[in-house]
Amino acid sequence: MLKKVFIKGNEAIARAAVDAGCRYYFGYPITPQSDIPEYLSKVLPKLGGEFIQAESEIASINMLMGASAAGARSMTSSSGPGISLKQEGLSYMAGSELPGVVVNVARCGPGLGGIAPSQAEYFQATKGGGHGDYRLIVLAPESGQEMYDLTFKAFDLADKYRNPAMILADGMLGQMKEPVLLQPPRKMDLPDKDWVLSGAKGRPQNIIKSLYLGDKELERHTWQLWEKYQRMKKEDVMFEAREIKDARLIIAAFGSCARIAKSTLRQARAEGLKVGLIRPITLFPFPEEIFRQASIDTKMFLTIEMNTGQMVEDVRLSVSPGTVVYFYGRPPGAGSLPSPDEILREIKKVYEPSSE
Amino acid sequence: MKKVFERPKSLKDTPSHFCPGCHSGLIHRLVAEAIDYFKIQERTIGVASVGCSVFLYNYLDVDVIEAPHGRAPAVCTGIKRVRKQNIVFTIQGDGDLAAIGTSEIIHTANRGENITVIFINNAVYGMTGGQMAPTTLLGQRTTTSPYGRDVQQEGYPVRMVELLSGLEGSAFIARAAVNKPANLMKAKKLIRRAFEMQINNMGFSMVEVLSACPTNWGLKPLEANRRVEEEMIPCFPLGVFKEKIQGSEDSRG
Repeated sequence: MLKKVFIKGNEAIARAAVDAGCRYYFGYPITPQSDIPEYLSKVLPKLGGEFIQAESEIASINMLMGASAAGARSMTSSSGPGISLKQEGLSYMAGSELPGVVVNVARCGPGLGGIAPSQAEYFQATKGGGHGDYRLIVLAPESGQEMYDLTFKAFDLADKYRNPAMILADGMLGQMKEPVLLQPPRKMDLPDKDWVLSGAKGRPQNIIKSLYLGDKELERHTWQLWEKYQRMKKEDVMFEAREIKDARLIIAAFGSCARIAKSTLRQARAEGLKVGLIRPITLFPFPEEIFRQASIDTKMFLTIEMNTGQMVEDVRLSVSPGTVVYFYGRPPGAGSLPSPDEILREIKKVYEPSSE
Repeated sequence: MKKVFERPKSLKDTPSHFCPGCHSGLIHRLVAEAIDYFKIQERTIGVASVGCSVFLYNYLDVDVIEAPHGRAPAVCTGIKRVRKQNIVFTIQGDGDLAAIGTSEIIHTANRGENITVIFINNAVYGMTGGQMAPTTLLGQRTTTSPYGRDVQQEGYPVRMVELLSGLEGSAFIARAAVNKPANLMKAKKLIRRAFEMQINNMGFSMVEVLSACPTNWGLKPLEANRRVEEEMIPCFPLGVFKEKIQGSEDSRG
């Protein structure tokens, strides 16, 4: 039965995890994501699962690694400083090809920073974060509904690719209450987990590892990981494009910023400005192709982020030659959320009426 | 004719990468003997730690995962919570367990996780080339304590068995050595007992095994065995430090 509920984004994530079959959660309290462990500490034990409040973020990501190796869908969540501590474990999980879902309800940095919404973890999330040549699958929701839908999706993608997947949200999305339809999306057809540690009964031992010391072994392994990332780019890119066909200027924004920019888009169109929007939903794999195609005709892009310029680099790498990519950013912190009017002003600074 | 000695079934027939005189091979064998004794090979999952111990999967014929440095007890926790019917163990060295992984081992023991830890204490970082460990003896020279471990500079050797025995979650905590046959026979019993604790759902069990590292100690194997006897055992006394009795008030079994 379909159920529409009015809940916080954090709760939408927790509920999606349960609906996706996650029964094991390991975490550590940190604002602004603590609603997730609070919810799951109530629910999971009743479902025969396990909730552990670990002694640290480091322990919780390693518990996740163990649970994943044992074959279970499992999750951890945190925010900025805690996600930094999880980078070691994420590197090992990627190297060992273990699935698992990590939620980052981002807050500000560097250091203790602040608890306001932030997009300053774009680089950390999409470019590796930990040591070694690896990528996470990174999904960026813009609403309570997507907190639910994309969390569900993250479990499928993690299992499909045997790779950790991250939900990159922020404090605004986590704390805001919105109506959410609790409708599990159709589950993907997923490969059997024949690699799981269950005890070597009637089969040779299974070994899950990331150490490769033999001649050329590690190079081979790293290329195999790379091939997986290429497959993600072919099969699992997600984005939203609005009014880009006739656009003279296209806004590029993700998550909360895209949500705000959608208001700007309406205002701009009402004023007769031909503005469009591309919102990457998968930050990795990045939707390179739509940026390339859209920039064949539209030569002006404006990237809006709650940081001093991170995703803008991927936009610049993706657009066709001769495209100008402007950037407007607000470093995150209390009172630093850009408003729709502010974004409109930035658009008007670069937008000139077409000469036709 | 009766066969009186053979390779345990769960121990692979493979050349060892351990240095001559290293005790790790003996300790792996004792673990394999315990696994065979309880007939749990097909449901045992090992967690390899970082250091000389990382190649666990080359020696023991059971499912194995490599954990990051110091995190093996947390990885064990994740596995055991999902698979309560499996037997989950790790072999950790002193740098792994008593330095970088201090937090994980303490909280895993304190939660009373039903897992088994074999702690190989050779008072030195073996794989990285003989640097000072948290368990390095006072006065002991290493590549990073070239003038000998000095209390003023580096503090005292950490006694993990004594530390963990004080936690209520610990079910069985013991220290053994394998430097001579009599000690080895005791170590065998203690390791077996640690696995038995887990099989009986008693909670956290750990056996520390004092081990020689002739290569990094700069000693011949027999000299290294003597050092275990004369210098290590006085600092790290052998015996059972904590043992919950099945059916007692503080036992979960």
